[in-house]
Amino acid sequence: MNYLSGEYLTGGYGGADIIRDCNIFVDKGEIAVVVGPNGAGKSTAMKALLGMLNLHKGHVFLDGQDISGMSPQQRVSQGMAFVPQNQNVFVTMTVQENLEMGAYLRRDNITETMNQVFELFPVLKEKRKQIAGELSGGQRQQVAVGRALMTRPSVLMLDEPTAGVSPIVMDELFDRIIEVKRTGIAILMVEQNARQALNIADRGFVLVTGENRFTDTGEALLANEEVRKSFLGG
Amino acid sequence: MENSIDLLNALALISNYVLIPSLSYGSQLALGAVGVTLVFGILRFANFAHGELMAFGCMATIFFTWWFQSMGITHSFFPTALLAMPFAVLLTVLLVAVIDRSVFRFYRRNKSRPVTFVVASVGVMFMLNGLVRILVGTDEIIFRDGQKFLIKAGAFKKMTGLSEGLALKQTQVLTVVLAIIAVFLLFWFLQRTRTGKAMRAFSDNEDLALLSGINPERVVMVTWIVAASLATLAGVLYGLDKSFKPIVYFHLLLPIFASAIVGGIGQPVGAIIGGYIVAFSEITATYAFKKFITYLAPDNFAPEGLGQLLSTEYKFAVSFIILVIVLLVRPTGILRGRVL
Amino acid sequence: MNNKNRVVLSFSIMALLLLTVGYGQSWNVALAIFNMCLISAVMSMGLNMQWGYAGLFNAGVMASTAIGGLTAVLVSYSPVMKAWSAGGTPLTAAFTALLITIAFGLLVWKKIKKGFFRSLCMTAVVLTGYVFMRIYYDEATLAIEAIEPAKTGFLGGLGLPIIFSWIAGGLAAAGLAWIVGRISLGLRSDYFAIATLGISEIMISILKNEDWLSRGVKNVTGLDRPVPYEVDLQQSEWFINLVTRFHGTADDGSPVSADILRETIQLSAGVFVKICYSGLFLAVVLIILWFATRALNSPWGRMMRAIRDNETAASAMGKDVTSRHRQVFIIGSAVIGIAGAMLTTLDGQFTPGSYIPLRFTFLIWVMVIIGGSGNNLGAIIGAFITWFVWIEAEPASLWLVSHVNVLLAETNPLRVHLQEVAPHIRMVLMGLILVLVLRFTPKGILPEKAPEHY
Repeated sequence: MNYLSGEYLTGGYGGADIIRDCNIFVDKGEIAVVVGPNGAGKSTAMKALLGMLNLHKGHVFLDGQDISGMSPQQRVSQGMAFVPQNQNVFVTMTVQENLEMGAYLRRDNITETMNQVFELFPVLKEKRKQIAGELSGGQRQQVAVGRALMTRPSVLMLDEPTAGVSPIVMDELFDRIIEVKRTGIAILMVEQNARQALNIADRGFVLVTGENRFTDTGEALLANEEVRKSFLGG
Repeated sequence: MENSIDLLNALALISNYVLIPSLSYGSQLALGAVGVTLVFGILRFANFAHGELMAFGCMATIFFTWWFQSMGITHSFFPTALLAMPFAVLLTVLLVAVIDRSVFRFYRRNKSRPVTFVVASVGVMFMLNGLVRILVGTDEIIFRDGQKFLIKAGAFKKMTGLSEGLALKQTQVLTVVLAIIAVFLLFWFLQRTRTGKAMRAFSDNEDLALLSGINPERVVMVTWIVAASLATLAGVLYGLDKSFKPIVYFHLLLPIFASAIVGGIGQPVGAIIGGYIVAFSEITATYAFKKFITYLAPDNFAPEGLGQLLSTEYKFAVSFIILVIVLLVRPTGILRGRVL
Repeated sequence: MNNKNRVVLSFSIMALLLLTVGYGQSWNVALAIFNMCLISAVMSMGLNMQWGYAGLFNAGVMASTAIGGLTAVLVSYSPVMKAWSAGGTPLTAAFTALLITIAFGLLVWKKIKKGFFRSLCMTAVVLTGYVFMRIYYDEATLAIEAIEPAKTGFLGGLGLPIIFSWIAGGLAAAGLAWIVGRISLGLRSDYFAIATLGISEIMISILKNEDWLSRGVKNVTGLDRPVPYEVDLQQSEWFINLVTRFHGTADDGSPVSADILRETIQLSAGVFVKICYSGLFLAVVLIILWFATRALNSPWGRMMRAIRDNETAASAMGKDVTSRHRQVFIIGSAVIGIAGAMLTTLDGQFTPGSYIPLRFTFLIWVMVIIGGSGNNLGAIIGAFITWFVWIEAEPASLWLVSHVNVLLAETNPLRVHLQEVAPHIRMVLMGLILVLVLRFTPKGILPEKAPEHY
């Protein structure tokens, strides 16, 4: 049994099913990446895991427990953290306040966790008093990831964290994500930049029109001729 | 020498009729506008019942004031209403809690469109409007007691030897002082406390706030409590300063909305700035500057008309013109709030 | 129950209620309510176009009503020649100054690039224009308002039959709506609502204060009527004969006394006049209903509803949402303006002080919401029910209060207070009805489309 797994997920936003019999799973201390062409239902699959979707079929398990009936908020309190693709920081609040809000549910002392986040993203410590809306795109993503980490999650889910940032920033962000993984957190990521993402992935899922097409280790997928041709541009 | 006295006279005149009244009226508007802007930021709709809420708060204060007065609890200097107000705040908070539970929560759960909330708030406006009139009637009520003036016009003339008097009403000073205290407390609450920060976060980005585990119902309740308290304070200060008349509070709605929008809707600081801008513009535009110009102009020159930009009855127009200018020039308001 | 049955049932109940009032209270009261119901129906049909068809939150219904009322004065009142000769020239000068200012303003706006210099020029143009306007305008108003202030003191109107003003009032309201729409359409609903509320308040303050135009709070009374006067009727032979034919004999067949007959004639004259009005108003309601129903079912109406239901999708499909909104806002306001002129006609007087938003804006809202947004017949039945409750709630609550008051001593202050405030119970009632309908039957009494299962 994997730490977080979605089995036979089928559903959509009220209309037609966007994902069908989708299987996605990730273990602690590993990075799983969901890739695929536009409109393949990558983000939808991730939202299904978080409970932001009406599922017709399928179940979500976290640490062996069926959490399919829980609301997103309940799942967050169970240790799942989510970084949305857009509007993922509180733009009118300072960096530090963003992190505090991430830890809103915690009643214990959060200084230690905050220091860990600052260690991971030193630039945030520097700009802790600055309004998040005034930061650059890459720095904002760091705030977003930092906010998610403040709950001390066991699973971190990222929806296209590198969308709209420069390649250099992207490499740096991926480095940080690998560091997060080393602390024993399970990381699930949806990515447009498939090649770079699969490079750091322990596990990869290729979705096409809402269904699993390939599921393998990141390395194997990169080596797979068909995957390279169809999805990685040769 | 002659000139400098003229200058001082002009200054006293403008302070008496424009600056001081604008400052107190602006504070009253600001307190109302902060409530509107908070409700907008958190619940995402323009609350048309806010004026009536102010009327209700003031009415509750009047009842407590009368009760205290009948028991002989008064003060020779301060108005009894100050003592009555905390009780009225509790009552008003209770009222909005009931209203939110019975009216607005349903639409929140259904994720209704903002305009549905607005229509519902019109219904609430009708009910509060009738309720206030049933309880207290429609007549003008003066409930101020204690000392009326801090500085009387005559005393000022004697003291300074100027020909222009300057009167300072106690209610004007009270308004400004209480508004400053209320705003200070509000900002301390919003900037420093966990709940206050949660409110700001919710206003900023609802989805992300939910993902962070912020309880929306709690945030909404706190917002109503703050808005109702500020509405009561604003209503009482306005009523003390002028007098209590239910219909007036409905007409305050427009300048209050204008203040909130000018400052940037959803931005409490903006609402305060907006309140003063609207108040200053309203009073300046409707003040007859004839005497003022006569003091400042060279000898033997007096303007022919009253020197009044707009007649007093058009003060609505001032709020509205400000609204339109903001709309055309900077729809986000001064502090870049949300675009409505 | 399907929609057709609902229509029949709700209108039958309404008719029954009015008949009850007719038999129970008096036919004069019943017809007075009926006439106001018809006018309200026109207003709510107008608002229904804006809100029900297109989803526009117009909180300035009162402005259209008031300008319609003003038009009734300006069309029907005979011109006050003395006032024209005294103030006509400077007034024309003031308007010329206004036009020149606007022309220069537009010129500056078009020709100079955006920036500090343009703002400077704009300010200069506006200020200069303002000074010139004020000079002529002050002179004009002083002169006009000095002419027999107790009787006229204003310019008067064109002296045409007042019924023309129903069309003119619609056009005037449409013109105002065009300006308002230019300023405030294309914004989110709340902003639009606040802006329109503001405009309507300004409109009323203008009517209250521009005495040269509308006599202000001194009111204009004795307006011309499209129907006969009661006094004339009581003296005309055919009317006396008509009444005598119906009421000339008592139950036992003997002729009634002259006194009773005279009284009957007086009452009947009032009823007859009201019936004349009812006929005229009913014709207007039916004509507008016919147009409104056709428009709603035309491609134009379908597009409006498509825009209302999903603005983003509609604009993505290349529909010009703002200009469609402007269209429907102008048409709806025109209809409300017609109703405003009708109202002033019925009253026979124009009283700017009587326009308050609760009565002339938000009550119309209650009508539309209760009746069923988007359904024209719904708007009509909503108007009827709301107006009926609005009027009858007062005697009902007085009756209620008088029963409570039996328990209290004559001089009990609570008794006196209750007697005084009883009329305000209807405010609470209206709010309650609005909130309850919005919550439990948000589609109103006659929903836009027939519910499939009911």
